[in-house]
Amino acid sequence: MTTATAARASQGFVEVKDFALSYDTLDGAVEAVTGVSIRVDPGEFVSIIGPSGCGKSTLLNAVAGFLKPTRGTVTVDGEPVEGPSADRGMVFQQYSLFPWKTVRGNVEFGLKMKGKDRSSREPAARTLLGLAGLLPFENHYPERLSGGMKQRVGIVRALATGPKVLLLDEPFGALDAQTRVIMQQILTNMWQRLKISVLFVTHDIDEAIFLSDRVYCMTARPGTIKAEIMVPLERPREQAMMMSTEFLALRRGLMSLIREESLKAMGGEIGDGALEGLSIDLHGQTLADVI
Amino acid sequence: MEPALKLVHYSVAQPAPDASSDAPPAKPMPAPPDRSKLARWVALNRGRLRALLVGALSLTLFLLAWHLLTVNRVSLHVRFVNVPSPALVLASLTKVGQDAKFLSHVYLSCRRIFIGFALAAVVAVPLGLIMGRFRLVREIVFPVSEVLRPIPAIAWVPMSIMLWPTNEESIIFITFLGSFFPILLNTLHGMSMVDPVLVRAAQCLGAREAAIFREVYFPSSLPHIFTGLTVGMGVAWVSLIAAEMISGQYGIGYFTWEAYSLVQYPDIALGMICIGVLGLGSSAAIRGLGRMVMPWGRK
Repeated sequence: MTTATAARASQGFVEVKDFALSYDTLDGAVEAVTGVSIRVDPGEFVSIIGPSGCGKSTLLNAVAGFLKPTRGTVTVDGEPVEGPSADRGMVFQQYSLFPWKTVRGNVEFGLKMKGKDRSSREPAARTLLGLAGLLPFENHYPERLSGGMKQRVGIVRALATGPKVLLLDEPFGALDAQTRVIMQQILTNMWQRLKISVLFVTHDIDEAIFLSDRVYCMTARPGTIKAEIMVPLERPREQAMMMSTEFLALRRGLMSLIREESLKAMGGEIGDGALEGLSIDLHGQTLADVI
Repeated sequence: MEPALKLVHYSVAQPAPDASSDAPPAKPMPAPPDRSKLARWVALNRGRLRALLVGALSLTLFLLAWHLLTVNRVSLHVRFVNVPSPALVLASLTKVGQDAKFLSHVYLSCRRIFIGFALAAVVAVPLGLIMGRFRLVREIVFPVSEVLRPIPAIAWVPMSIMLWPTNEESIIFITFLGSFFPILLNTLHGMSMVDPVLVRAAQCLGAREAAIFREVYFPSSLPHIFTGLTVGMGVAWVSLIAAEMISGQYGIGYFTWEAYSLVQYPDIALGMICIGVLGLGSSAAIRGLGRMVMPWGRK
């Protein structure tokens, strides 16, 4: 843990140790994820990146408490995860706003579940909506919002209960490129303000580098951690940084790691010899050091 | 300069009708910018006005055909000889309109529909919700409901007369049965269509079982529940009229059947039209209620 992260809030420490998850099929158990150990330090922004089907969402769902590990442990601040709770807020790719609730009703939901009465819920929700620029739409139903607005509501809703960790499952995957960049900016702004731990799943390399302190890169089935990459870019991050040599070096490195895994995930039989030179264990080092 | 500005304002304010109307897009451009509010309203609601106009025309044609067929006593295999003309039915309406007996027939039918349908809704909706949530309940209740469901309510008439001490109760029971199964099945279907991601989202926000049921499963199933209520209301009328014709002493179905026995032919058509209007009205009432209860739905 660096001194910078140590100075942040002392809660929201996620630790996944020797995690494995397998599904039972007629042909026996199939391992989706195996031997995965990751951690998110309090206040840290960590991304998991990998090809589709590598089990990164499975891992996130286990941290959320939706899936029980077949092996290994998932703990938050030392407490084992037993099931979903408001301690771990989640944002889904499909927005998943309650269509029968207004924007404010959605944001108030978590507070209502905490037993807060209407008079205290309303100002809290309005404050958060104001931060996200959504106050003019508080009485709209989600159906009338654009994708970007829906996802902003999704993030605000997840933050409203004051969770220790925010889990995001490809939250911007369904948005157009321009909206996505703006949403990334909004998310980093909110994260810096709230000093909350974030575990972010994506398949977008630029997104992972731009947002994160650290990036875990996963292999194809069965999913394992292939590399852990520190992102030493300074904060606050600007869009212009995406053109810097440092960013581009990270991008190039991650790209080659991902491409190889994507090929494997697509079923391309590539000889082991051809891959040997690429499968470098980067644990603990920055990719920039290697390249 | 000024007229040009006004034109720009005009085209911004009204993009929708220009795009959807069948008039060529260039046509509205030379229109004077100071069109009256009425003209704008007409342009915006052109589709609805058109449907209304065509609908009125179609009903008029139907009445005209009815009139011509009956007045000329057409008999081409299908015999219109004894069928009352629209004028006769209208005369019959004005006659029975002042008659308390006719109104009490209508009142009794409405009462039976209301009680039978309300009971069905009160039993079938919660049962469907519980069956949707708890597998064991579903596994126990579903086979029985599947066996009973294909039996038309009308086939229950003799059994119903045996089961219930009064005629009134047995007719209400038939009405109840008619609407029960559509409501139950649609509620069940609604429960099976609940988006699991929404359930997860609720769990992540700290919702427990009871709250998930109340805040996610129930509102998410509401559109399907209302489909069930609308269908159920239709079947309730079918069942009620059949039951009244067979075993009733009062009610609009009995009135219609009695008119045939008493050779009051205009009253047959009057009874039929009355049933149609009541069915239409009750369906509209349920749709209206649905829109009130589900303000998030489209329109």
